[in-house]
Amino acid sequence: MIEIRELTKVFGAGAACVTALDHVSLTVRTGDIYGIIGMSGAGKSTLLRCLSMLETPTSGQVLLDGQDLAAMSGEQLRRERRKMGVVFQGYNLLMQKTVAENVAFPLKLDKGMKKGDVDARVRELLELVGLADRAGAYPAQLSGGQKQRVAIARALATNPQTLLCDEPTSALDPLTTKSMLRLLREINEKLGVTILIITHELTVVSAICSHVAVIGEGRVAEQGAVADVFGHPQSAVTAQLLERGV
Amino acid sequence: MAQFFEQYGALLAEGTWETLYMVAMTTLLSYVLGLPMGVALTVTKPGAIAAAPRFNWVFGWVVNILRSLPFLILMLFLTPFTRALVGSSIGETAALVPLAISAAPFVARMVEQSLEEVDGGVIEAAVCMGATRWQVITRVLLVESVPSLLRGLSICIITILGYTAITGSVGAGGLGNIAYRFGFQRYQKEVMYVVVVMIIIFVCVIQTAFDIAARRADKRSR
Repeated sequence: MIEIRELTKVFGAGAACVTALDHVSLTVRTGDIYGIIGMSGAGKSTLLRCLSMLETPTSGQVLLDGQDLAAMSGEQLRRERRKMGVVFQGYNLLMQKTVAENVAFPLKLDKGMKKGDVDARVRELLELVGLADRAGAYPAQLSGGQKQRVAIARALATNPQTLLCDEPTSALDPLTTKSMLRLLREINEKLGVTILIITHELTVVSAICSHVAVIGEGRVAEQGAVADVFGHPQSAVTAQLLERGV
Repeated sequence: MAQFFEQYGALLAEGTWETLYMVAMTTLLSYVLGLPMGVALTVTKPGAIAAAPRFNWVFGWVVNILRSLPFLILMLFLTPFTRALVGSSIGETAALVPLAISAAPFVARMVEQSLEEVDGGVIEAAVCMGATRWQVITRVLLVESVPSLLRGLSICIITILGYTAITGSVGAGGLGNIAYRFGFQRYQKEVMYVVVVMIIIFVCVIQTAFDIAARRADKRSR
């Protein structure tokens, strides 16, 4: 379970400061596929960066199974990070490493794992994402959808309980988007991984999310089951998003 | 032609060997010093994985100052240090000291430039996977930048080759020394011309070899 409590992020100081996140509170239950939707500049990306501790929150808590990530540092934070996989918008693969080496990367950070075990795990992951035959290819030789699958395999390597996805489909065509969402649902069902998806696309949320939070101007406009929020929008931000209909 | 090489062949071979020795050793030593310096310059920048802005600022200035000293001045300035370190201040091995110290800050800037090219997103991804700073340096920065580091290496080697010609004029051996002694001091211009052509060939071979190596090493372009 992920609990975000009163998360606030302020960039800069004094008169020039910008409040990107303003007391954001959310609860993502274990096993959910949770969507966070908002228009550009709403604070979605900052939220993801605070959840993965790439940005230190100004105040508030990020509780991963009751443990506050915002209060951690050093070795403890590194260990907790391995319980959370992150899939980035731009894939962020190592361009000089093969697909298999990319997926093995997080496994090799931990010196305790034997080479045979790493190889077996990599094969298993590549089969899961349907890229077993591309193990020796380099990212530059892959399509956008394939790169995203490698990124997902890599994020899942350490058996995380949670997968954070930042705009996982925004660079993909509609057909590839569909198969990507199918893969995420499969991962959620097969492995029981909680998935948090940050997106600006309504279709993504309605296709696979059980719950959704609508973000506008750094605040949670509303949250709840997807059918309720989209069926009976209570906030102006949601109404606006639905009207735009993307 | 045959007569020329009969007369000067052995001399040129010896000079070539001395130059290659100085270039290879200087490159090695300057990278031993300059690579960690370049890494330090990169990772201590504001916002980088081991951000230390004040250290970065001071260290950047130290590198700039070292780079702005003309090589000849630095070499003379280092003479006592060189003598203490290798027991003599003349000869090829003694020349390595000022050569390496002069080339190291240059290497540091070349390395820094290569590491700067690494996509920040990949570094963040590694951090999210729980990589330590050391692991980010050794497994992301220095791996992703290999093609660029190779290109930088070729520039450094060619620059160092130029420096060795200067040490040649003040007592260390090598092709520079031969060109200076015969061409300048004895007016035997043909020896100097041959040496210049040989150095041009070296530069071309080094540049081409590293261009090919960098292209082969780069997995982005396939």
